[in-house]
Amino acid sequence: MKEELEKRIIKGPDGLEFEVEPLRDYYCEAPPTVMPAAYSKIVEDLFNWARSESIWILGFGTGCGAIEMRPLMTPRFDAYRFGVQWRPTPRQSNLFVISGYLSVKTLKRVIRSYEQMQNPKYVVGLGSCTINGGMYWDSYNTIKRLDQYLPVDLYIAGCMPRPEALLQGFADLKKLIRSGKAEGANEYAEKFEWYKANQKKVINDWDMPDYNW
Amino acid sequence: MHELYTKLKQYFPLGELIEQRDNLAFITLKQEQLRPVILHLRDKENYTHLVLLTAVDWLEDNIFQLTYLLSNRANATDIGLRVMISRDSASMESIHDIWPTAATYQRELREMFGIDFPDSPRVNDDFILEGWNDIPPYRRDFDTLKYSEQTFSQRPGRETKDPAEHMKQKLYPDGA
Amino acid sequence: MQFEWIQIPYALLTLSIIINFGLLMNAFVAKIGARVGRRVGIPIYQNYIDLIKNYGLRSSITHGVMFYLGPVFRLTGGIGLLMFVPTIYGSVMFSNFSFAGDLILALYFIFFGTLGMALGAGESGHPHAAIGVSRGLSQVTMAELPLALAVFSIALQYNTLSVTEIVAAQQGGVLNWTLFTNPLAVVAAMLSFLGSVMRPPFDVVLAPQEIPIGPPTEYHSSYLALMQTNRVIFPIAKMVIFMNLFFGGADNWPVFFVKIFMIYMFAVFIGVVFPRFRVEQSIRWFLIWAVPIGILAVIVV
Repeated sequence: MKEELEKRIIKGPDGLEFEVEPLRDYYCEAPPTVMPAAYSKIVEDLFNWARSESIWILGFGTGCGAIEMRPLMTPRFDAYRFGVQWRPTPRQSNLFVISGYLSVKTLKRVIRSYEQMQNPKYVVGLGSCTINGGMYWDSYNTIKRLDQYLPVDLYIAGCMPRPEALLQGFADLKKLIRSGKAEGANEYAEKFEWYKANQKKVINDWDMPDYNW
Repeated sequence: MHELYTKLKQYFPLGELIEQRDNLAFITLKQEQLRPVILHLRDKENYTHLVLLTAVDWLEDNIFQLTYLLSNRANATDIGLRVMISRDSASMESIHDIWPTAATYQRELREMFGIDFPDSPRVNDDFILEGWNDIPPYRRDFDTLKYSEQTFSQRPGRETKDPAEHMKQKLYPDGA
Repeated sequence: MQFEWIQIPYALLTLSIIINFGLLMNAFVAKIGARVGRRVGIPIYQNYIDLIKNYGLRSSITHGVMFYLGPVFRLTGGIGLLMFVPTIYGSVMFSNFSFAGDLILALYFIFFGTLGMALGAGESGHPHAAIGVSRGLSQVTMAELPLALAVFSIALQYNTLSVTEIVAAQQGGVLNWTLFTNPLAVVAAMLSFLGSVMRPPFDVVLAPQEIPIGPPTEYHSSYLALMQTNRVIFPIAKMVIFMNLFFGGADNWPVFFVKIFMIYMFAVFIGVVFPRFRVEQSIRWFLIWAVPIGILAVIVV
């Protein structure tokens, strides 16, 4: 753990001494809870339709697959016409595209970003590496199964999948959302202990709170 | 390249010269000769650019080979200086005072090969790996497959085929 | 003007018309931008869906009281601005709550939202938000100066502080518009307008590439939806003032829509042609170009 994250006593500019514990002071440690759907089915259907037609992707390219997302913004593929947009902050995004291999170091950042996203949120695993390790099957530093660490709604196979495959993946994800099956955030909350245990098994220097939104 | 080699040989005891191309050659050196040769090349022969610093693990001979690749931008020639150090408690003199960028390479070598560079800035900090708790992963006695099988959970049902055999089977099924 | 209860539903009607118009106009402008780049662009109803989705997100977190109040302040700024100026000249239904001194109040409301945002974003504790807010405040303050000068100028010219009376004085032909009777004030105000609609070259506050979207970085779900609503209302409310002060106002909705759209396209055109200014550059730009024109406008009148 880094020195600045450790619990210590600090002397303020006014001479007062106080204790800081960055892991507790800067983050909230309450675990996620299962968020019920709207009371009325019609309202929930409306919301699900809106969610499916307005997918905001977190602009976080975790691996080489990130290069396949860029063409989606260009005139040739133009994902904007399907309601897909990119947001620069996890707070406002709904979809996390894990683009390709995920090293242990990146996994740590991915978990933090994922937990900052708001319920409902979706995860798409892009490329073979997220499914079974792909060509990094014997690597000492990349995870092999994404669904051990985050609830995955959809995998897009390929190495790398082309942008067309991504568009098809978005279309399938829309169907999932509209039928109300994409409840990854609630699944994460339900099996929180299991996911945390898996994450901590591979991340050796766990220097963040268990749940950091 | 030969001229340079003979010129250098007047001042320093050198090992063999391997000429890869017209503009690329490697010279093997003793560990303690490295600093004077580098300084001479930088200040007198205009090899002002450190292209890279890397290591090779010769497990069978129990040595690490460090390669310092220097470049002369004026006449576009590269010269590689090879230094052999022992694999046991591997340690090498730092050259971060000659080229500050070397500190980054040395940090990487420290993490990936476990070669120590005393006095190099931040050499013991994490570079790429975080919380690594095994032997340095680029050492050849580190078994990455075994490590990854132990550490990461695998998805069952994965088959691995030898690409050469597989393509042969596929293209020439009757063994022609 | 006498207050009557019927004004409240009328004002709400204005508000809903403005919101719908704004949502469609923003999508339309985005679509024009996409077509320029040979893309199909977002569907014209995309902004509605985004709004519904953001209101429909299940969870939201807070960083403190001001974090709640930030978007509320901002929305208040937008709606307040809209409510206190007459939208349609000569119409009882759409004159809203305009009164004799409404010009001063409008100037205040333009700044109100930015201040609220500064407090809210500051509480979110995100460094990008703090950078964005400090940039935003300095830039908007600077952009406000020529506008204030222009408003003084036309207040002197027409000898009134009531927007309705200023519009009334501009009726009867295009040549009666402030645009032609007091061109210097209009130029100063339009330059100031560029600085406050958050389009290039003055969008360093949001600067998507370097400080991801600036002040609203930490805002999400309903907070973000509130701010989206305001982003729809506020520029239009601002343009209503400009239209009333400088371009003869509007006496029916079609004229209103066309004039607002033209004023907005002015900022859009400038935006696609010029690259982004840094804050100190834009402040210098306003000081060198817009403020002297504004002072000149006051002196000439």
